Amino acid sequence: MSEAVAQKADIQADVSEEVHIKPYTMNFGPQHPAAHGVLRLVLEMDGEVVERADPHIGLLHRGTEKLIEYKTYMQALPYFDRLDYVSPMNQEHAFALAVERLLGLEVPERAQYIRVLFCELTRILNHVLNITTFALDVGAITPALWGFEEREKGMEFYDRVCGARLHANYVRPGGVAMDLPAGLLEDMSVWVDHFPSVLKDLDSLLTENRIFKQRTVDIGVVSQAQALDWGFTGPNIRASGLAWDLRKSQPYDVYDRMEFDVPVGTTGDCYARYLVRMEEMRQSLRIMKQCIKDMPQGLVKTNDYKVCPPPRAEMKNSMEALIHHFKLFTEGVHVPAGETYTAVEAPKGEFGVYLVSDGTNRPYRCHIRAPGFAHLQGLDFMSKGHMLADVVANIGSLDIVFGEIDR
Amino acid sequence: MTEDPNLLNDEMEPEPHHLVEAGQALQDKFSEVITSFDVICEELILNVARQGLLAVLAYLRDDEGCRFAQLIDICGVDYPDRDERFEVVYQLLSLKYNARVRVKVSTDENTPVSSVSALFSSAPWFEREVWDMYGIMFDGLVDHRRILTDYGFDGHPLRKDFPLTGNVEVRYDEEQKRVVYGPVSLPQDFRVFDNMSPWEAMTDVQLPGDEKAGENPHMPKVGWNPSSKAVE
Repeated sequence: MSEAVAQKADIQADVSEEVHIKPYTMNFGPQHPAAHGVLRLVLEMDGEVVERADPHIGLLHRGTEKLIEYKTYMQALPYFDRLDYVSPMNQEHAFALAVERLLGLEVPERAQYIRVLFCELTRILNHVLNITTFALDVGAITPALWGFEEREKGMEFYDRVCGARLHANYVRPGGVAMDLPAGLLEDMSVWVDHFPSVLKDLDSLLTENRIFKQRTVDIGVVSQAQALDWGFTGPNIRASGLAWDLRKSQPYDVYDRMEFDVPVGTTGDCYARYLVRMEEMRQSLRIMKQCIKDMPQGLVKTNDYKVCPPPRAEMKNSMEALIHHFKLFTEGVHVPAGETYTAVEAPKGEFGVYLVSDGTNRPYRCHIRAPGFAHLQGLDFMSKGHMLADVVANIGSLDIVFGEIDR
Repeated sequence: MTEDPNLLNDEMEPEPHHLVEAGQALQDKFSEVITSFDVICEELILNVARQGLLAVLAYLRDDEGCRFAQLIDICGVDYPDRDERFEVVYQLLSLKYNARVRVKVSTDENTPVSSVSALFSSAPWFEREVWDMYGIMFDGLVDHRRILTDYGFDGHPLRKDFPLTGNVEVRYDEEQKRVVYGPVSLPQDFRVFDNMSPWEAMTDVQLPGDEKAGENPHMPKVGWNPSSKAVE
């Protein structure tokens, strides 16, 4: 008997020696379809299990913050479209709010409604992109094909309101660049009524999909304490069960008049993050409906011509308007000395702008707080102990876009 | 997963006088390390001496009345004219009290700042970015690599004395069949247009003969304020 036990122990020792694999290092990216851009991951693997994930970022670093220091406030605005290029208007909104806070400027009501309307449209477009590409990463192609068609319809509204599908340059300090074209609200209303059927399709493809659930449930679990500690914000903190939404807690523009719910996840895994985004789109539709319904008439930018250019027609007759126009587009607006950290609830999380002004026509310092930067840092602890394929699911569920992380 | 029922409480609206009181209370408590506090744009800013940074941040994070559990951001600012040219700015967020606070320390090229990575897990990347962009060193930061710039990059690009165009550029070399680095050569000189002028009402400077402009009730409240400055 004892001999048999000893023999068994010997065999086990032999086997464990044989299967022991030295941890090896694997390179993932920077050109990989599941890397969502230019992520280079250095993975330390024990077999197929990830021991450490070290993201190497900065491959898309363009020095946005440095460039902004050399531009006037108006020239700096388009850089914000190019950070997170799937949710441009939310970021313009953050910069515009920061400048307005330093100027102590009130924005006309109609402009605030237009901003909120388009921020929520952007949130839907962002989440459609994220959910469908996430599904693509874990093996489902159809959502991407169906979702991108709808996304294109949404971007048509972008096109109609500002002339560009992506880089809008529409939300300006003091309001928005121009008024809505005729018929846009009606068409948006039709789209808003139609969109729930798209969500239903996505829902039927993914939510109860066995493969999708196997790939996402209990993968990359983030506890509440971890979410706080690692600086998570947006859908990623809400998926962990914290009902934190800047639109509710620190409302800006007319969000305090909007009726909407903050969806919260319970498990904090990839599946919860997916569910939170799906529900957020439905809430965004609610907000859009309210904006369309309550859209007031009036100015779309402040009539303070020291900040916003006067109407073109007025420039034909008024010398003063012409001077203001000329000065605004050469010298730009002088923002009083001071500093502010202004944050908005961008689709990916808290997008903040730390703006230091020295009283001249250029920002002295403009630091951009990108939500994805903090989220990607958390990839290491989320992926530890998971399989290589789960790293891909984690990246997809975090909603990573390199434009904002690398800046 | 721990549930804290008090974690979310958005009943408290941040009010400026609350902020002044809070700042005063904190300064009284840490009279030796909080050198001063400001309230700008309804935001509380604590100026902290370098050696007291960790104590202040630990208190802000753990105290029942603060609970600034999230370190949202760290960034640097360069003021070349100052004795200690750099400022490191910490943005903290309290979900419980729905409040924000900003903590600032100053330093120079050679003096390290204590790393807060032991207090907040989100700190290392932010600190790596500050090191990369400004060359500010962090004492106790385990992973002190650069983060955003190229492998082998030289210099710290967000310093005010770093040129906007940078120093090196890359191109594909046909003979060597690889990407090579070389000094920046641009066909056009770097141009910077200084459009600042003391002319008309866009500026902060009052011109002779314009003194009465401020009495006009139709003057906007923003931008130029004629009573704020006079030509010396």
